[in-house]
Amino acid sequence: MTDALVEVRGLVNRFGAQTVHDGLDMTVERGEVFGIVGGSGSGKSVLLRSILGLQRPQGGEVRLLGRSLGQMGNAELRQIKSTYGVTFQQGALFTSLTVLQNVQLPMLEHLSLDPRALEELALLKVRLVGLPDEAAHKYPAQLSGGMIKRAALARALSLDPALLMLDEPTAGLDPISAAAFDELLMDLRQQLGLTVIMITHDLDTIFRTCNRVGVIIDRKMTSDTLEGITANPHPWIQAYFHGERALRFGQERQGAPDGA
Amino acid sequence: MYLQTRRNGDILEAELAGSWRGAELPAIDAEIAALSFDGAGTLRITVPDSVELDLAGAWRLREWLKEAQAAGVDSEFAGEEPGQLALINATLEGKVHAEPASSSEPSFQPVSLLGRQVTRRWASFKLGLEFLGHTTMTWLRSATSWRRMRPTSITRHLYDTGLTAIPIVSLIAFLITVIIGYIAAQYMREYGAEIYVVDLITISVLRELAVLLTAIIVAGRSGSAFAAEIGAMKLNEEVDALHAIGVDPHEVLVLPRVIGLVIALPLLTVAADIVGMTGGALLCYVLLDMPLVLFLERAQDAIASTTFWVGIMKAPVFAALIALTGTYRGLQVRDSSRELGRLTTTAVVQSIFLVLLADALFAVAFWLLDI
Repeated sequence: MTDALVEVRGLVNRFGAQTVHDGLDMTVERGEVFGIVGGSGSGKSVLLRSILGLQRPQGGEVRLLGRSLGQMGNAELRQIKSTYGVTFQQGALFTSLTVLQNVQLPMLEHLSLDPRALEELALLKVRLVGLPDEAAHKYPAQLSGGMIKRAALARALSLDPALLMLDEPTAGLDPISAAAFDELLMDLRQQLGLTVIMITHDLDTIFRTCNRVGVIIDRKMTSDTLEGITANPHPWIQAYFHGERALRFGQERQGAPDGA
Repeated sequence: MYLQTRRNGDILEAELAGSWRGAELPAIDAEIAALSFDGAGTLRITVPDSVELDLAGAWRLREWLKEAQAAGVDSEFAGEEPGQLALINATLEGKVHAEPASSSEPSFQPVSLLGRQVTRRWASFKLGLEFLGHTTMTWLRSATSWRRMRPTSITRHLYDTGLTAIPIVSLIAFLITVIIGYIAAQYMREYGAEIYVVDLITISVLRELAVLLTAIIVAGRSGSAFAAEIGAMKLNEEVDALHAIGVDPHEVLVLPRVIGLVIALPLLTVAADIVGMTGGALLCYVLLDMPLVLFLERAQDAIASTTFWVGIMKAPVFAALIALTGTYRGLQVRDSSRELGRLTTTAVVQSIFLVLLADALFAVAFWLLDI
């Protein structure tokens, strides 16, 4: 049995007459940074939601840590949710709580910590993602876009998960902030031994961070190493990775080993 | 002045002037309409650099060129053709307007419409039952631990739905009682039966008015607040985030509101009872010159031991109905702010309906039990 953290087999998702996924397969191994790529409307977020159990698929199976999602009881589901952290596209921070309280919420739910541990561990996560201490006591409405993304990451890291699932983490960020976020992610990944699944459009991010990429085409997924995917002859993939914008990054990456 | 024209033999020379932008289109239209090609064979257009031409202006120019062509007049540019024209030509050429998604329903089919309505209502009835079941199970599960009952949250809702509602509930209880007492007093005076105004006021306030008015006010006030708060959280994906963290939204969002309201509404009803009867006593004193002592004596005779309990007993039931409807509709919100508005409205209207329905059933039950 391979060390697969997430396995998706034959996923089928349908909305009325529209089929979004038709037998989609995906495997993410421990330690990988797996990028999910696809055209707009190809169902990247739907795939993520199926893995998170927010979307019930019409067919197929999702396995987390070897156990099938559909067969888990409530207690086991709750336990498994503490092993991964999620960020959503718009941040989805709890707007009535401060950043610190947002980070503390998963801790309060799953752990029994004394107040001092609660405060310090949460502050640790806030600092870890590069937010200043003052930001910890601000409400999401008072934060800039980049800070919201970092705060969301801090909350995702709250329980020291093994797996991070990020939905377009750099969307809407300026190039400097996006690059900083990528660097932060890679740093944390190294220090904390994370496995990362990331939905992204950002070629910069893909080339800088991912070592495997899965492309959703025609309602299924084609996945390969980063090098393998860029060499894939499918016209859409070629246009995506070898269009004007991609060429520059392809050149930069000559000689770079893997996504680390 | 947007166009300067000069006739040069067979050629109509036109020079654009001023600013050809969206805001000026009506004026430009007027000027062009006042022009006529007057039998010219060629239209020569000059667009000086000083003229500000945006896409709207370029489009109008293009339309004019098309008019010229339709009238059999050739058109040419003295100098360069504006780049915007080429852009518009390229963009609008050959593109078919996408048909807006039309409704798949044919115009009027009463039978299938009825069938669809029935299946829709049945499906939503099942969803409602599912919500009720889920909430009940969550309640039973969380009753095992004090912390899981979320006392902080319950307290907050007690404050929001109960404490802050006291002024408005008191005011309305007072006013309605006074109004009803006033009307009753006018009529009963003719028969010398003013004393029975006390009966009317006390019995109706304690049995029906206080609890019903309070419930209706709370339905509007808190039912909508619950739906809107939870709905906004749904739109912002906060509910999804709760799921992803392993927190049951029913435990954290629904239950504290239900419990808070079930505690708050009876207390508000008591407040309404007190204020209502005070208003009644005041009315009797002012209008009927009835001293307070007489009012109280008569009230003692009129009220049975069950009168108060009959009223207050309905309060927790109404509270549960209002809170469950509000939170249920809130959780149904998705996609757009319009849905949020629609479901908030539905929450309030349905809460009030269910409250009145429950009140009617209680009335029937009490009548059968002879209470």
